[in-house]
Amino acid sequence: MLNAPFRTLTSGTALLLRDNVDTDQIIPARFLKGTSRDGLGRHLFADWRRDAAGQPRPEFVLNRPDARGAQVLVAGRNFGCGSSREHAVWALRDHGFRAVVALSFADIFRSNALKNALAPVQVGPDAHARLVKAGGGEVTIDLMTLRITLPDGTSSPFPLEPFSRHCLIEGVDELAYLIAQQADITAYERRNPVSLEGATHDV
Amino acid sequence: MTTPRTLFGKVWDGHLVRPSQPETPDVLYIDLHLIHEVTSPQAFAELWARGLNVRRPDRTVATMDHSTPTTPRGGEKLILIADDEARTQLATLTENCREWGIPLYALGDSRQGIVHVIGPEQGLTQPGRTIVCGDSHTSTHGAFGALAFGIGTSEVGHVLATQCLLAARPKTFAVSMDGRLSSSVTAKDLILALIARIGTAGATAHVIEYRGSAIRALGMEERMTVCNMSIEAGARAGMVAPDQTTFAYLYGRPQSPRGGAWDAAVERWRGLPTDDGATFDKEISLDASSLGPMITFGTSPGTAIAVDQPVPDPNGDQALAGALRYMALTPGKPLLGRPIDVVFIGSCTNGRLSDLQQAALVLEGRHVAPGVRALIVPGSEQVKRDAEALGLHDIFRAAGAEWREPGCSMCIAMNGDKLEPGQYAVSTSNRNFEGRQGAGGRTFLASPLTAAAAAVKGAIADPRELSC
Repeated sequence: MLNAPFRTLTSGTALLLRDNVDTDQIIPARFLKGTSRDGLGRHLFADWRRDAAGQPRPEFVLNRPDARGAQVLVAGRNFGCGSSREHAVWALRDHGFRAVVALSFADIFRSNALKNALAPVQVGPDAHARLVKAGGGEVTIDLMTLRITLPDGTSSPFPLEPFSRHCLIEGVDELAYLIAQQADITAYERRNPVSLEGATHDV
Repeated sequence: MTTPRTLFGKVWDGHLVRPSQPETPDVLYIDLHLIHEVTSPQAFAELWARGLNVRRPDRTVATMDHSTPTTPRGGEKLILIADDEARTQLATLTENCREWGIPLYALGDSRQGIVHVIGPEQGLTQPGRTIVCGDSHTSTHGAFGALAFGIGTSEVGHVLATQCLLAARPKTFAVSMDGRLSSSVTAKDLILALIARIGTAGATAHVIEYRGSAIRALGMEERMTVCNMSIEAGARAGMVAPDQTTFAYLYGRPQSPRGGAWDAAVERWRGLPTDDGATFDKEISLDASSLGPMITFGTSPGTAIAVDQPVPDPNGDQALAGALRYMALTPGKPLLGRPIDVVFIGSCTNGRLSDLQQAALVLEGRHVAPGVRALIVPGSEQVKRDAEALGLHDIFRAAGAEWREPGCSMCIAMNGDKLEPGQYAVSTSNRNFEGRQGAGGRTFLASPLTAAAAAVKGAIADPRELSC
């Protein structure tokens, strides 16, 4: 998907201090029956946000007034584990989140986030503890310097592969890069001509 | 002399279209792209919007599985899809496959089934191939010595358009499982025990290679069960080196090579196993002979214990305490005897013929306990035909279980099969996350033997107590 350049973000935070937040919680499977990536924000954390009768659970972070408008979600370890559904990232983006700060991410979620200009910001335990201690508040995520400035004024580095950083800050996407590799792909296919052996599919 | 390489390293290196540069990751060629109705429509829409073509429809195969109903059709051709949204999604897949000339195993096709069941069954899954699908359980195919992993929908679009992916090279993780499994202990128990040991992020950014005598002794369907849940340990993929068991499974499958091409393929495949002296980034070993039947008690696949153990004390672990509240379980109390409402036997983890045969061993001549609903869902049309040829459906029906049509069913609860809030299920599927099998539902993950034993007892039961 083509995204706008993303260089820095200053925003309030919503604290979801749980480890192993799986993509089934981020968006339950019953909301995956559509054919579009739009409009999924209303189902974000559906079963944590609302009770069985559809009423908001006031204690859940996204229902609290102080988290309103926050573009940064803060979670614990192994955020986004489980199902590969990119709908989880689309739902977070559609709700208004542009970054998730966590102690670690599951591989597929991280990859999906980077395709949709949702910055996966992996911080160490010290920075995480300072963020939690501040009880939320404003952070600045700088993709140019790969540093996050915390509410207490301290700043901390976070890792991001050079190519992913380049894609985010320039708003270019991986698909455009892959398409530009056409000649190498064709050369590879010539060297490895074997198709699906025995493939005798009737379409 | 060449440097000894791992199975993973050989497959990865052999598929590099362009190796990584300081500023760019590896470009990896994909041999086989499996697609289904849920994670492909937005990818096709992206291609359409950008005026791109599907590069290799001949390396792409589609099926319908996630949102399809499994309601018994009673021999009638009419398939009732209760849900308008699901119907649109299935129609969109049909349309996209027709547009691009992609083979589709649609509902009603004799080859239709869960994507990770049909790939191996049709012989599409072969050693040394790179295989991807917009589904995290793509790790299943690694049982053949393929490198197979789940991708998101954007990447489904990348592979449709270029047959390639950009990827950072994962690290390697050797998991050695040695010793003989005791009776009533299965591949499912092995993998649950591993995840309990290393945790749900224990293999993040790694590709696991399962090794050792316990793995060698497993049949292909059991190896698939093990590799299937690699993702539940956070792994990018799980692999088993191909051997005679692999070749025997693949011989004569519809998409397997034939004649001279078969001999050449086997010769090539024999070169895939990890070389002596190759090193891994991480290694652990597990004594398979000491394991009993396993079951999960929490809301993460890492919370597995032996079925005869009491519910552990969270000891201040807030997440675990929360999971026990969700499950309404009391620390220190035994799981055995805990009443259950539903038993689900099926899924890409345990929906193959050997799984159904195990369930039948327990259910033959017995009856599902009153008040318990038991769903038995074959993983594919082929599994269904094979099971019926053996009379398994008669055993299940006589026992009072439902014999249903193939599909993902209650593993994902987006097709009509789901738990009601508060219900307890023993499931042979792969995830016990909150609400995974239906909002408010509570899942215990276990093997087909343990699940079938629970169906008979109406409560969590030790399969060793029901002589088979």
